[in-house]
Amino acid sequence: MATSAATDPRQLPDALGRFGPFGGRFVPETLIDALNRLAEAYERIKADPSFWQEMNDYLTNYVGRPSPLYFAKRLTDMVGGADIYLKREDLNHTGAHKINNGIGQVLLAQRMGKTRVIAETGAGQHGVATATACALTGLECTVYMGEEDIRRQKLNVFNMRTMGATVVAVTTGSRTLRDATNEAMRDWMGSSDKTHYTIGSVVGPHPFPMIVRDFQSVIGKEARRQCLDRVGRLPDAVVACVGGGSNAAGMFYPFIGDEGVELIGAEAGGRNSNLGQHASSLTKGQPGVLHGSFSYVLQDDEGQTSDVHSISAGLDYPGVGPEHSYWKEIGRVRYESITDAEALEAYHTLARREGILPALESSHAVSQAMKEAARLGPGKVVLICLSGRGDKDAYEIARIRGEPMD
Amino acid sequence: MNRIDALFERLRSEGRRALMPFLTAGDPDLPTTSALIREAIRRGAHMVEVGIPYSDPIADGPVIAASYQRALDGGIRLGPIFEALASVRRGGEGEAPVEAPMVTMSSYAIILRRGPERFADEAKAAGVDGLIVPDLPVEEAGELATLVADRDLRLIQLITPRTPRDRASAIARTTTGFIYYVSVAGITGERTELPPDLANAVSWLRTQTDLPICIGFGISRAEHIRALAPVADGLIVGSALVRRLAEAADQPRGALVDRIGSFIEELAGALPS
Repeated sequence: MATSAATDPRQLPDALGRFGPFGGRFVPETLIDALNRLAEAYERIKADPSFWQEMNDYLTNYVGRPSPLYFAKRLTDMVGGADIYLKREDLNHTGAHKINNGIGQVLLAQRMGKTRVIAETGAGQHGVATATACALTGLECTVYMGEEDIRRQKLNVFNMRTMGATVVAVTTGSRTLRDATNEAMRDWMGSSDKTHYTIGSVVGPHPFPMIVRDFQSVIGKEARRQCLDRVGRLPDAVVACVGGGSNAAGMFYPFIGDEGVELIGAEAGGRNSNLGQHASSLTKGQPGVLHGSFSYVLQDDEGQTSDVHSISAGLDYPGVGPEHSYWKEIGRVRYESITDAEALEAYHTLARREGILPALESSHAVSQAMKEAARLGPGKVVLICLSGRGDKDAYEIARIRGEPMD
Repeated sequence: MNRIDALFERLRSEGRRALMPFLTAGDPDLPTTSALIREAIRRGAHMVEVGIPYSDPIADGPVIAASYQRALDGGIRLGPIFEALASVRRGGEGEAPVEAPMVTMSSYAIILRRGPERFADEAKAAGVDGLIVPDLPVEEAGELATLVADRDLRLIQLITPRTPRDRASAIARTTTGFIYYVSVAGITGERTELPPDLANAVSWLRTQTDLPICIGFGISRAEHIRALAPVADGLIVGSALVRRLAEAADQPRGALVDRIGSFIEELAGALPS
């Protein structure tokens, strides 16, 4: 793409952590020095080949990368449109893309001399990824998780504790991801000298959105190369689900310069489009401040964060990463909204047609991609980031179906 | 002259210190908040910090976060908060006007949604003298600092034990009104003991600026006030007061206000006279 360095979206964020007008740092002064130290350490460690050697060794031999790019033939036949390929992040160790960032940030923490790691988690996949990376490195791990999410994601809670993590139930506010993030930030306010906060998505104050995007970009880099190898050209469209937006940022970022590739993010449309009934920050919110960053948020007319709803705990968040807000504003990525019912239908479709149980989060991307494939028609190629597997959702889906397992 | 500047000029000339209680607007309700502001000043406080409830206050501990949530559950809105402050400032209906400085503490999320210019206008019209915006670090504060200065309001910035010295000096140069020195690296909330190097840190900061320095976070008892009064221009008490407010929530308003007033009087009594 022939754009100058000054306007090339791939060169962002700037020194203040801005993606256009979005991003920055809206956090208490107590955290500023910790963020500065983190940004400095990241720049230093990023330039150290030994870090990437260690990281890539784990990605290859522990996570199981590269994850396959799978041609979903029976799904393609059913839709009758573009060829649909799945980027199988669900096949990673721990069952989702979150491990890419979990290992990256915990190795970063270790090189910074931190002895303790904290994390927030919604669906529990980031909590599991962080607990896993801490077990792997011997760092102490505390995960904040909303009480409502603990109920919805028992399996992940059990697994985190089994690996030695302390899971703290957050009982404030809506008792979901947003409140867990508040508690993790409060912990870090008092603990940043020895503790690294491994944020799980491309949200929060600078440099977190950049760090998480960079660690997740392995998804898009692999998918782009795999598509060129397998199909002989770039895809026509790439689809990923967006809550905070980490799998989407990692999937999209390496394609940002490929002008012919449509990028589509699928947000959680929830029950309906009334405020409080969905989690579609980009398609139904407006710019505001939440959790240290200026980005699209769901809030009321006085700036109070709205309650949100999604069938998937991982998308149940009232904000979104600032880089997504920027991509929306410059028109590089199109964001759409997929309802609970559509996601659930896509979950069952992929299960029956391909023998793959997607996470409810990823099911939003599957649903959107089916629409895109039908629109584009035969001869075109659509890539889906299948960000995680659905095992964790079995209990909740059984409950919704009226067939509870316990 | 801005009331904050005038207050500290007067107190300094008298060799005295300021006591600044923190109150959540709308906890338990706005009429009580107004009564508490008047009572606080009557019982020896010199200025008040009024917390604008916010749904996600990441700098606040459980006591203030819960207080904000109670106020939000009660349907608190920004317009009525400013009306209540204006009424306290104006007096009337048997109440004397309050002359003491009032500062608001609010998340930038709220200011941004209101529009920074409109927020500054409304604060000014309500008789507010300064703004504390705990999630607006100095790098992001430029626009608001200008809007506030244009209206003769003050933008009070925070310095913490985690702020490196060169940065602390830079913040001190752009702050107006007073410096809010955060006593501990962490969230708001009562502490039994304050950090042993606190007085030293504030004494160093004193060499960097002529601005008044007020210490907050963790200050919860008369002995803290006695210990810190020699190094600070003012002392801020939040969670200890808000907790008492919550504990007395089921009492009639008069009793509740008197109880909080007695606590403020006890704290004020620990200031050097």
